[in-house]
Amino acid sequence: MADTVIRAEGVGKKFIIGHRVEQHALFRDAMVNGVRRFFSMGKSVLKGSGGIAGDEFEEFWALRDVNFEIKRGELVSIIGHNGAGKSTLLKILSRITEPTTGRIEIDGRVTSLLEVGTGFHPELTGRENVFLNGAILGMTRAEVRRRFDEIVAFAGVEKFIDTPVKRYSVGMYARLAFAVAAHLEAEILVIDEVLAVGDAEFQARCLDRMSEVANSGRTVLFVSHNLAAVTALTRRALVLRAGQLTFDGPVQAALAHYTATLGKTAERLNWGRGGDSTLVSADLLDADGKPTERFVPGMPLNVRVVVETTGMPGLCLEFTMRDELNLPIAFYSAGIFNQVTLPTEIGRFECTIVLEPLVLAAGQYAIDIATSFTNVHADHVVDNALRFFVETCSPGKSSFNFRQSLGTGSFAMALAKPIEFKPLPSASTG
Amino acid sequence: MSAADHPPATRLILEAGRADRQYWYDLWRYRELFFILAWRDVAVRYKQTVIGIAWAFVRPFMTMVIFTIVFGHIAKLSGDGVPYAVLVYAGLLPWTLFSSVFGDASSSVMSNSNLISKVYFPRLIVPLSTVVVALIDFAVSLSILVALMIWYRVVPGWQILLLPVFVLLALLVSIGPALWSAATVVKYRDFRFVVPFILQFGLYASPVGFSSAIVPPEWRLLYNLNPMVGVIDGFRWCVVGGTSPIYLPGFLLSLVVTAVLLWLGVWSFRRTERAFADLI
Repeated sequence: MADTVIRAEGVGKKFIIGHRVEQHALFRDAMVNGVRRFFSMGKSVLKGSGGIAGDEFEEFWALRDVNFEIKRGELVSIIGHNGAGKSTLLKILSRITEPTTGRIEIDGRVTSLLEVGTGFHPELTGRENVFLNGAILGMTRAEVRRRFDEIVAFAGVEKFIDTPVKRYSVGMYARLAFAVAAHLEAEILVIDEVLAVGDAEFQARCLDRMSEVANSGRTVLFVSHNLAAVTALTRRALVLRAGQLTFDGPVQAALAHYTATLGKTAERLNWGRGGDSTLVSADLLDADGKPTERFVPGMPLNVRVVVETTGMPGLCLEFTMRDELNLPIAFYSAGIFNQVTLPTEIGRFECTIVLEPLVLAAGQYAIDIATSFTNVHADHVVDNALRFFVETCSPGKSSFNFRQSLGTGSFAMALAKPIEFKPLPSASTG
Repeated sequence: MSAADHPPATRLILEAGRADRQYWYDLWRYRELFFILAWRDVAVRYKQTVIGIAWAFVRPFMTMVIFTIVFGHIAKLSGDGVPYAVLVYAGLLPWTLFSSVFGDASSSVMSNSNLISKVYFPRLIVPLSTVVVALIDFAVSLSILVALMIWYRVVPGWQILLLPVFVLLALLVSIGPALWSAATVVKYRDFRFVVPFILQFGLYASPVGFSSAIVPPEWRLLYNLNPMVGVIDGFRWCVVGGTSPIYLPGFLLSLVVTAVLLWLGVWSFRRTERAFADLI
């Protein structure tokens, strides 16, 4: 029966972003402001209004007028750039936050999986965490008990099930976390980017498991940057762009629509803000210094970043490059590698970072950009801040196109010196 | 939870500002999560440190010793024939229960922010589950009271049977302010620095180190505006009986204040709750 299980009408979500006028660069200022804030806070606590005097507010629509219908048993993916509103939509569907406008009608129980291992506690054993995580995801104890052996076997951690998870390796932890999630029983399943865990072999198993779930007649909504997973698992896709639904149809057509807009991120996406610094925008530049989404292998990588800082010393820029599977393949830190930090005065700055040439294989790439206190902690992290692609990669003028999809890696190694073959006396003559 | 647990016709409507009629039903349905979260807090607390258990003994015991010396021996306040240590400890127990619920619940929403931003459940579960840890600590501390009573040969009367009623009352008094504080901490992060100050102030504003009988009669009713006065008086009455009678009009006033605070707490929490995920 093809009845509608989710109907969204004119759904919108507005956020109010506060811009702090004064920055607490000095402890003394912080104290004075603290006193002032305390009094104004007291007043507004009683009135029940949020916000602090002296702040400026800006409206930001993460989603605007989104309409769609999903029928029982459909497998739908939601794709879009960073900040396009995918996560906000999932959060609304999973009742974590409520829409500002419009309404959504849902028939049936929604189980959302916005993260694997939500609520895992390092001090508790694997067994205890399975029950805890199961309860958090809405399973009853009886259900968890019934599927416990299956879960543990799927994760392959039988030997360590009574060890605190803080002693687990990253892979074991991720496998156990995914295993619980994979055994959820739900009518409508909402999944966000959970495939980016574990090694390649485990990822393949996850994909298998997901398609098993998907084919068991449940309704699944799936968000991912992993386009291969999107095509493998779903038949229909919704494309979001700057908070609006720009495409709704078969997944192949949706991917074409999505990749056509890839890189054209000229419109101001809101990246949120960090504590002492805020990344405003980033562009990949071509040889003429114009923004581009196409990278030519063997050319220097020019990245222009606009960043705001409170002038806090020790902040630096960091890049993490990712391949099509969203796996990190390269890292650059201006602070650790070159001892270059952001200016120690308040303001908005632009800089261009030129990195040594890379011979990248043909395919899609993304760069996460972060400001970070060198070796301490990240301040503002923007995942997939930059996306670009390499059309062809033919190292050494060969006619061969070296592609990521060959599965042999993302870099072509370059020869530093001509190869010479020196004749050696053979063993038998020696 | 499987489909069998609830009627098939569960149509959920998500809309701005929609009063969630299902909320209280949901709260009941998620009771297992409540127990699991409570169990997690208890397990973690007693796993992380050996001191975890010792702490429940040491803290109230040391406070009792100090208060007995300061109020009983230096200030020479009257204990009405009851050993001062027992008097202080009988007041300290409900106060510690209040302060752990208030303190833990205040920070509970923030420390569970990873859950709140990733999963739906009635948020009330988070601060409420801290009550269980506080109750277990309370049970541990109660054993010191038993030891003290044996040491000083204090024989409780029939009133001791009413003790659970006052434990329940202490919880009700704590939950209202705790919920309000938990919601406020989410909205104003720095409010968490105010919490210890409130507790410090409350310790001296409540009859913990002294009997409320020393409050002048004309102020007695006003004093009972502090709902902990009713709870502590009741607790002492249960433990040492007739020598520490309850002041009835004041006690009733405390009950009214408790009810109002509870309502206010739940109301303010419910109002802020829907925006938690956006604020965290």
